[in-house]
Amino acid sequence: MTRMTLGKALNAGLRRALDANPKVMLCGEDIGKLGGVFRITEGLQKDFGEGRVIDSPLAESGIVGTAVGLAMRGYRPVVEIQFDGFVYPAYDQIVCQVAKLHNRSRGRITMPMVIRLPFGGGIGAVEHHSESPEAYFSHTAGLKVVSCSNPNDAYWMIQQAVASDDPVIFCEPKRRYHEKGDVDEESTPMPLHQAKVVRPGRDATLLTYGPMVKTCLDAALAAEDEGRDLEVIDLRTLSPLDMATVATSVEKTGRVVTVHEASVNLGLGAELAARITEQCFYNLEAPVLRVGGFDTPYPASRMEEAFLPDLDRILDAVDRSLAY
Amino acid sequence: MPCAAGTGGSVTRAPGVDPAARTRVREDVAMSEHSGSQGGAGDPGDLVQLLTPEGVRVDHPDFSFGGSDEQVAGYLRDMMMTRRIDAEATALQRQGELGLWASCLGQEAAQIGSGRSLKQQDVAFPSYREHGVAWCRGVPPLQLLAMFRGTDLGGWDPHEKNFFLYSIIIGSQTLHATGYAMGMEADGVVGNDDPDRDAAVISYFGDGATSQGDVNEAFVFSASYQAPVVFFCQNNQWAISEPSERQSRIPLYRRASGFGFPGVRVDGNDVLAVRAVTEWALDRARSGQGPTLIEAYTYRMGAHTTSDDPTKYRMAAELEHWRLKDPIERVRAYLQRSGGIDDDWLAAVNAEADALAKDLRSGCLALPDPDPVASFGWVYEEQTPYLAEQQARYAEYVASFEGEH
Repeated sequence: MTRMTLGKALNAGLRRALDANPKVMLCGEDIGKLGGVFRITEGLQKDFGEGRVIDSPLAESGIVGTAVGLAMRGYRPVVEIQFDGFVYPAYDQIVCQVAKLHNRSRGRITMPMVIRLPFGGGIGAVEHHSESPEAYFSHTAGLKVVSCSNPNDAYWMIQQAVASDDPVIFCEPKRRYHEKGDVDEESTPMPLHQAKVVRPGRDATLLTYGPMVKTCLDAALAAEDEGRDLEVIDLRTLSPLDMATVATSVEKTGRVVTVHEASVNLGLGAELAARITEQCFYNLEAPVLRVGGFDTPYPASRMEEAFLPDLDRILDAVDRSLAY
Repeated sequence: MPCAAGTGGSVTRAPGVDPAARTRVREDVAMSEHSGSQGGAGDPGDLVQLLTPEGVRVDHPDFSFGGSDEQVAGYLRDMMMTRRIDAEATALQRQGELGLWASCLGQEAAQIGSGRSLKQQDVAFPSYREHGVAWCRGVPPLQLLAMFRGTDLGGWDPHEKNFFLYSIIIGSQTLHATGYAMGMEADGVVGNDDPDRDAAVISYFGDGATSQGDVNEAFVFSASYQAPVVFFCQNNQWAISEPSERQSRIPLYRRASGFGFPGVRVDGNDVLAVRAVTEWALDRARSGQGPTLIEAYTYRMGAHTTSDDPTKYRMAAELEHWRLKDPIERVRAYLQRSGGIDDDWLAAVNAEADALAKDLRSGCLALPDPDPVASFGWVYEEQTPYLAEQQARYAEYVASFEGEH
């Protein structure tokens, strides 16, 4: 058991993935000498060489498109997109190529690629540095999408994503990079595409992932004072969703609030609400409520605290759910 | 050597270039911005040519073709077979048996000349019109039809043929080619002075694609990493209805110098010149000297696809002009004069082509429709429970109609 930040845990996980398989290659902007703008790849080029940890020209479509070619050649590229808002130049390559090549080749081409995406806000950044584009990718058949929320998951999930023979969009909660936690480097991790109940409770379920897991846990703690016992589920896997874990919780609590930073309209919460309604209709005591970013472009940073779900907005939704 | 990066040099004009080939230079291209004859993308400018449209072999200071007439006859057969496949596929579309067909009529020399320059270990990344290259790579023509009939999204095993799937998003494949070439470099199969092992990648695209970001990014990445890739641009003068001048104010091959690697313009209707130039570029790549841009100056004699109507945007006279430069006719004329082939040879190849077309037609009609229930199976390498459930429900739904009519 080692205590480290989420960022360091990703670094350690990537190091182990590079060690485990010589076909693993890291590509991205500034990931070499600098170690990435968030230092997630710090020291890796020094130890694994410029042939395996590659500083790319500043062109996201080029980074992902060449990674497609590397994957076709038998490599397992791990691509870093510097910030969430920079992924869009690569959107065509991700959606039209990365996601589809396995299908259109009837399985003859595999795309064991990881696209690392520091996502979400709360760091006081300028425009295009705080977005939550996970729903775009979750909507796309052929991609798998996951998000870690704590150092232990970061350490293991990045290795599992690299080991996956399917392409994985790996959403990293950038505002949690510096938060510390225990990492168990020995015991077997849970499967990548499985959600986790991070706090059991009876009265209502908070469904969340990535940076909002901590916020939801804080909200659940505050709710204790009001005598409310909230269950918190860290979804971890956004596509595919682990509906078994979700349904078990809904059967118990009958009330659900989904929480994410992304805008609510057609976000993950919408899909969760639909699937819960289909699968758990008779267990529901209230409609599934959604808390998320407003359906506005991500705001200037001095008002991001208003835009992002916080403890109060989450508990307000819990109140409304319990009022049914 | 030709147009080495940074030297500002260019391929010396070969003797025998038909001055009439410049008929499409448009007045509105600002010629004054460029020196000499190098106008817009539609200006043939300096062109490597080894066989004139009249079928006369000519010399070039930098490039030569040393093969036998038997080899040339092989290329002629390749081109004739490609044209016959193309004609049959066009007919199949007209008869409603294919949803679409992208004809390569007129581009046979560019495709066969480059395709026959590839070694077994080289890998090709086509656009969607490279039926001649597919032929060279041993892809059964029937497998090309599957995508256009709508029975498959791909059609062949790209790893087995070293010929990746057709790519419809314009220019996207140039990045895949570059990444694949970077992988070859990492695998140590470049620059070993081992002709049986050293390998390279060739990526095909058109004049329209040169405007795409992906193509320009592929140029940047390949130059930066000195990746063993040959960019083979078939400038067929038209991107659907847009003339190549809409894509570029300078001849396309000259783009390469801005990225730091050589560019060569070759007569794309001259199979011998294309063969010579492509072999040179592939050798450069295999030996670790990095990328090359080849602009094969050719002409799309047919429509963009069977859905297109070129009479709306180009003159019939232009087509007639290019018909005189036909890539097949000049080789036939040369070989018949040299005695490399005779009428019997031509009759035999024509009969062979007709037989192939007949098989292609019957094979096309017999292509099985895809199974909707099975279609869930290739989305992921590791199937998700959600998709498995969707598949099972759909199978159940389909089964519920069994026995009904």
